[in-house]
Amino acid sequence: MTTLLTILVLILVAIAIWQMTKIFELSQIRAENTQVASDKDNKYNGYLMFAFLIFIYGITIFSFWKYTKVLLPEAASEHGGDYDDLMLWSFVIIFFVQTVTQALLHYFGYKYKGEKGKKALFYADNDRLEFIWTIIPVIVLAGLILWGLYTWTNIMDVNDEDDPLIVELYAQQFNWTARYGGADNVLGGANVRMIDIDRANVLGLDESDPYAGDDVIVKELHLPVGRKVNFRFRSQDVLHSAYMPHFRAQMNCVPGMITEFSFTPTITTEEMRLNPDVVDKVKRTNAIRAERAANGEPNSDPWEFDYVLLCNKICGKSHYNMQMKIIVETEEEYNAWMESQQTFSQLMASMN
Amino acid sequence: MSATAHAHVDDHAHDHGHHHHKETFVTKYIFSQDHKMISKQYLITGLIMGIIGIAMSLLFRLQLAWPGESFPIFEALLGKWAPDGVMDADIYLALVTIHGTIMVFFVLTAGLSGTFSNLLIPLQIGARDMASGFLNMVSYWLFFTSSVIMVISLFVEAGPAAAGWTIYPPLSALPMAQPGSGMGMTLWLVSMAIFIASSLLGSLNYIVTVINLRTKGMSMTRLPLTIWAFFVTAIIGVISFTVLLSAALLLIMDRSFGTSFFLSDIFIQGEVLHYQGGSPVLYEHLFWFLGHPEVYIVLLPALGITSEVMSTNARKPIFGYRAMVASILAIAFLSTIVWGHHMFISGMNPFLGSVFTFTTLLIAIPSAVKAFNYITTLWKGNLQMNPAMLFSIGLVSTFITGGLTGIILGDSTLDINVHDTYFVVAHFHLVMGISALYGLFAGVYHWFPKMFKRMMNKNLGYVHFWVTAVCAYGVFFPMHFVGMAGVPRRYYQNTAFPMFDELTDVNVLITVFALIAGAAQLVFLYNFIHSMFYGKPTVQNPWNSNTLEWTAPIEHFHGNWEGEIPHVHRWAYDYSKTLPNGEYVIKGQDFVPQDVPLHKDEEELHH
Repeated sequence: MTTLLTILVLILVAIAIWQMTKIFELSQIRAENTQVASDKDNKYNGYLMFAFLIFIYGITIFSFWKYTKVLLPEAASEHGGDYDDLMLWSFVIIFFVQTVTQALLHYFGYKYKGEKGKKALFYADNDRLEFIWTIIPVIVLAGLILWGLYTWTNIMDVNDEDDPLIVELYAQQFNWTARYGGADNVLGGANVRMIDIDRANVLGLDESDPYAGDDVIVKELHLPVGRKVNFRFRSQDVLHSAYMPHFRAQMNCVPGMITEFSFTPTITTEEMRLNPDVVDKVKRTNAIRAERAANGEPNSDPWEFDYVLLCNKICGKSHYNMQMKIIVETEEEYNAWMESQQTFSQLMASMN
Repeated sequence: MSATAHAHVDDHAHDHGHHHHKETFVTKYIFSQDHKMISKQYLITGLIMGIIGIAMSLLFRLQLAWPGESFPIFEALLGKWAPDGVMDADIYLALVTIHGTIMVFFVLTAGLSGTFSNLLIPLQIGARDMASGFLNMVSYWLFFTSSVIMVISLFVEAGPAAAGWTIYPPLSALPMAQPGSGMGMTLWLVSMAIFIASSLLGSLNYIVTVINLRTKGMSMTRLPLTIWAFFVTAIIGVISFTVLLSAALLLIMDRSFGTSFFLSDIFIQGEVLHYQGGSPVLYEHLFWFLGHPEVYIVLLPALGITSEVMSTNARKPIFGYRAMVASILAIAFLSTIVWGHHMFISGMNPFLGSVFTFTTLLIAIPSAVKAFNYITTLWKGNLQMNPAMLFSIGLVSTFITGGLTGIILGDSTLDINVHDTYFVVAHFHLVMGISALYGLFAGVYHWFPKMFKRMMNKNLGYVHFWVTAVCAYGVFFPMHFVGMAGVPRRYYQNTAFPMFDELTDVNVLITVFALIAGAAQLVFLYNFIHSMFYGKPTVQNPWNSNTLEWTAPIEHFHGNWEGEIPHVHRWAYDYSKTLPNGEYVIKGQDFVPQDVPLHKDEEELHH
């Protein structure tokens, strides 16, 4: 791949130099050098306009052919399907408009390239045309706005119906912590002013709050498949953003306030690992990593697919490595895992 | 303006004519009050800042393509920030931050709008100078001061500001959060505060000049679209930059005087800070109240230049003059009520998100109208492919490509998963970065003869355009895919996530294109400097253009026109206009300058 790119670059540079020298020669032959485009310049640049149109289509096709595989796999959340549908249709519209307008723009650039003595059409106004290309975007955009707003309202409606699991995601430079409501599924009160690092109360839980005792604090996010999860986000220092791309979910974590997002995971980690797209991706990635291992480079351990939570708001030096693993599993597996976790009161007791 | 007042101004101008050669070196080249000299000062300062900004982007592109690799150039330029030639994570963020700041404010706001508003407003409306030459001079020197302070901030001990060009607190407010938030951030804020003062002085001057100093016959509906664009840009600048100043001042208070406007409940490096009750979301509102109009402050002048250049070189009137003016006004109005689309997932109320989605997608309508009007302007033209024309066509192309993805990002639902990813980076670079740069280049190639009395070399211009055009798409088209794969922006390297491993190839491709694009700018730079001294001397109206600046003599002097200021009898777009008998209005000439009275058989268009 790198060799291919190098060759491509060399060819491009060679073409540029060839063109440059050619143009220099051409300019020297001409007796009068006014630096205003001549018919010859108009002709060549007109052809190049057409070539450029082909280039735009070419790079579009190339990118789709080459890079479609790197896109995120199927959405792993309930609303993710609606999200992907809206995205798909928006893209269909965008690519239709892009293809047509670029074609017109560059084709006109080629077709109407100037010639001495040619008369341009004095065409200053046409109300009907203006009306048409105002009203068409209005209708199309009205459709997209309505569809988008309907989906948005559904996604952002964080409510307590269907017995959601309550989870807090807590951000700090440069790591994530998750807190579960425990047996009562209610998060105990917390504030940065109650943080006591010496006693391992790193999230600042209110030790006197009866709801806090059974809270479970962990460094790996486990979610039962098919159950709605209401996330509450906190940050202790700077802005962070909890980005869970596989679930089409993101929300900023803002010091001084609690933000919310809610989604229902629909595909377990195990199932996702069997998804053909993911299988292929893992295969490709591990091929790259095997090559690195052979060269003795870092980041060469074989990879197994996992959902991941990333930080997506610049937060400082290690912003690029602020992550937490997310595991979606069956209800039973989740319960078994939860059983094995220490509660906050147990943790505090062990500290005393 | 009354007739007597007019006569008086003319007398005064004649006086000027007699005195202009008394100017000393200092008053002519340094503390000049002549708008033409000030515009050159803006352009050259802007270009120097542009070189710095673009060079920074090439440095961090190298790091993104070959993460953790050692490059001698890093060691040479970054010194202690690149031990053994490997770029440090802190300086990566600093480079990204300063690149954004410089390109948006110093190059595309001051360098583009400052240069061409100054050059063209008096010349195209038929005025001897700006309403206040003195304030204009102050505006430039404040800009210069802020540029110097921004450059100085690169050399402070703990490094320059590194919190992203949006400098969201608390990251930008707390020196404990990152080293760049110490002295570097202080200088950044001081520099920006001075920049805002400069911008406000400039904008007020532009507004007053356009309203008051138009020559006889130059009604608002006869103004060239360049002037409409600069005029409206100045208005949104005055409205929005003031709000940024308040954000900057409050942030300075939080940083230095212990107030809590934007900070609350912070525990960092083992201690709780005293801040209570502020909100970073408030800062985001204030910042984007400028930040979004800023996009149009950058873009509208570029579109104005495109309208003028495209019409002149197509030898056709701009299609739909009234619709173009209406679009500029609609964009300007809407641009001030869409800022929330940068904050869909900031934690603000989702209902607000709905409102901003609505207004944001509305702004696509006037933008679409503009794009269609440009395309129709080309239709059945007699296109003169001068470099400025190529850049104008290129602008329309990138404006469409980049604008269309705005439909994705402006939709609150779709924004959720691409927010702050490389999809956003690709979008705004195409729609405002590249487009506005093309506008800047179009302007430089087109008005270079007016500024420097010489022509730029067209062949070098062609090389510059075509290499840049190919590379711009080569860089930013594949970048959309990186974003849709979920790669967040402002990551020093993507190696911490195996799921991004296979994107290294794309990043190499992007960087290679970026390096070639950077090299192409050297061609421009050479052409610019060489032509300034050795270019072919220009004729008075090299592009056969209609606007008033080409009726002024080639020789520069304070006052622009030797005798009386020309009067205007028509709009600026009578290209290829024919009489009922099928002949051009002026025999054998396909253009009719604005100062030519109507022909007796000619029908005037009512715009």
